[in-house]
Amino acid sequence: MFQVTTLREAIAEFVHDGDRVALEGFSHLVPFAAGHEIIRQRRRNLTLIRLSADIIYDQMIGMGCARKLIFSWAGNPGFGLLHRFRDAVENRWPRPLELEEHTHAALAVAFAAGAARLPFGILRGDPRNDLFKYTPAFAPMACLFTGEGVTAVRAIRPDVTVIHAQRADKHGNVQLWGIVGIQKEAVLAAERVIVTVEELCEQIEPVTNGMVIPSWVIHAIVQLSGGARPSYVDGYYGRNDESYREWDTVARDREQFLQWMEENVLECVPA
Amino acid sequence: MDGGKRLGVRTSMNPASHPYTSEEMMTIAAARKFRNRAICFVGVGPPTAAACVARELHAPNITLVYESGTIGSKPTAVPLSIADPELAETAEFIVSVPEIFAYWLQGGRIDMGFLGTAQVDRFGNLNTTVIGDYQSPKVRLPGAGGAPHIAANAREIVVILRHNPKALVPRLDFLSTPRCEGPITLVTDMGILESEPATGELTLTSHFAGISVGEIREATGWPLVIAADLSETPPPSEQELSVLRCITSKRTQLGKTTLTSANHNRLAAA
Repeated sequence: MFQVTTLREAIAEFVHDGDRVALEGFSHLVPFAAGHEIIRQRRRNLTLIRLSADIIYDQMIGMGCARKLIFSWAGNPGFGLLHRFRDAVENRWPRPLELEEHTHAALAVAFAAGAARLPFGILRGDPRNDLFKYTPAFAPMACLFTGEGVTAVRAIRPDVTVIHAQRADKHGNVQLWGIVGIQKEAVLAAERVIVTVEELCEQIEPVTNGMVIPSWVIHAIVQLSGGARPSYVDGYYGRNDESYREWDTVARDREQFLQWMEENVLECVPA
Repeated sequence: MDGGKRLGVRTSMNPASHPYTSEEMMTIAAARKFRNRAICFVGVGPPTAAACVARELHAPNITLVYESGTIGSKPTAVPLSIADPELAETAEFIVSVPEIFAYWLQGGRIDMGFLGTAQVDRFGNLNTTVIGDYQSPKVRLPGAGGAPHIAANAREIVVILRHNPKALVPRLDFLSTPRCEGPITLVTDMGILESEPATGELTLTSHFAGISVGEIREATGWPLVIAADLSETPPPSEQELSVLRCITSKRTQLGKTTLTSANHNRLAAA
């Protein structure tokens, strides 16, 4: 059921206004190019989902794509705060951003529950922090067998998950390795799945710590070398730390941000 | 929040043999807390440099664990983030994010957790979520991330934070991470506070050379309790300083050798 297609067509067909969208990747294999195409196609009212929301979400929020953010951390890795995210939360610019805020462990069990089609995931212990007051996805419950206090976390089911991987074979099986984050759970929790890959090859060879996601859970595969830049792809290219440093400056000012997006994203021709 | 990237915010101390900054003293004091052979969960920000120093010096057999899923990483330069290539390439093995939190952290396999924060209160509760009101914050911070489950599941916690009254506060603006039930150590750029076993209150047990108890009291947002056996923190050895400076400069060089983002983004879309 998968198709090998272009980025433009994949986003046009599978990402719709109002969708719950997870672009996952834990600093490694971040699907930047796909995020940029969503911005270029001017998707609106998205609910963005992500454990470690980083600068691609800062860009999407700043460009007005998102209505809501479901997340557990939002920062520029190594450089601190996300200034577009801050502007949206603190000043409602360019539009108000509703938050559903988790912890990493909570969002991890929520994705795993979604992948297993369970209604909720479970964490040890009672919820004790202030997030519990604001996040309706958490509920205290007692273990049915022992009475032990645990926390239930409502399952996450994205309409569409987008990930970037090292490669896919001609049958559409996708292989990724290195820091694989929560990509498998995010893929299996979703209704529709888009994967961008560094390369398409005849056959995928086994790799240490490699993970295979079979073609039959994927809807679109796009060959896009460099699709995770400026983040990195184990075995292909390193992380561009300077881009993250530069983003800390660019994102501080609305005009400067819009100009940067115009030059670096909107005017670029998609693959 | 912003890693160990700003150097010396306070004046150099004890320049007798080798000058150093209070920031360097803080990182080295935190590094000394890593116990050799311990399984240590290293949080975002200031803990990353301290972990590198510890592994190079007194704790070569330490197991460093990061929330990105890398276990047994052996970084020789300070990584920019907790998911850097250096941590992945040098790991003994890598697991997924659900696994790191469920099996390794919640499963009770972690001895010590090292965390940064924006605010800490006198009992070691942490705020990394907002300054001001949650729904209309003055400053929106990154959020809780992995910290609540690190503090809840590690046997003891070390928090690293620059010392000032806005950081060591009587009342948190938001409770992101409830205190660890085990021992808590707070290493600042002025001294070391440790939780008193009976009350859980953070008590000043050590001050850095050249920094008086009065200055530390003034920089603390609550009436600070001083331990009866207060000591002076031993200054950094030449070896500690040279290791810290070596691993820090490696990172700086790495950042400068890469292409500009404009090039990269154009490539990505080309």
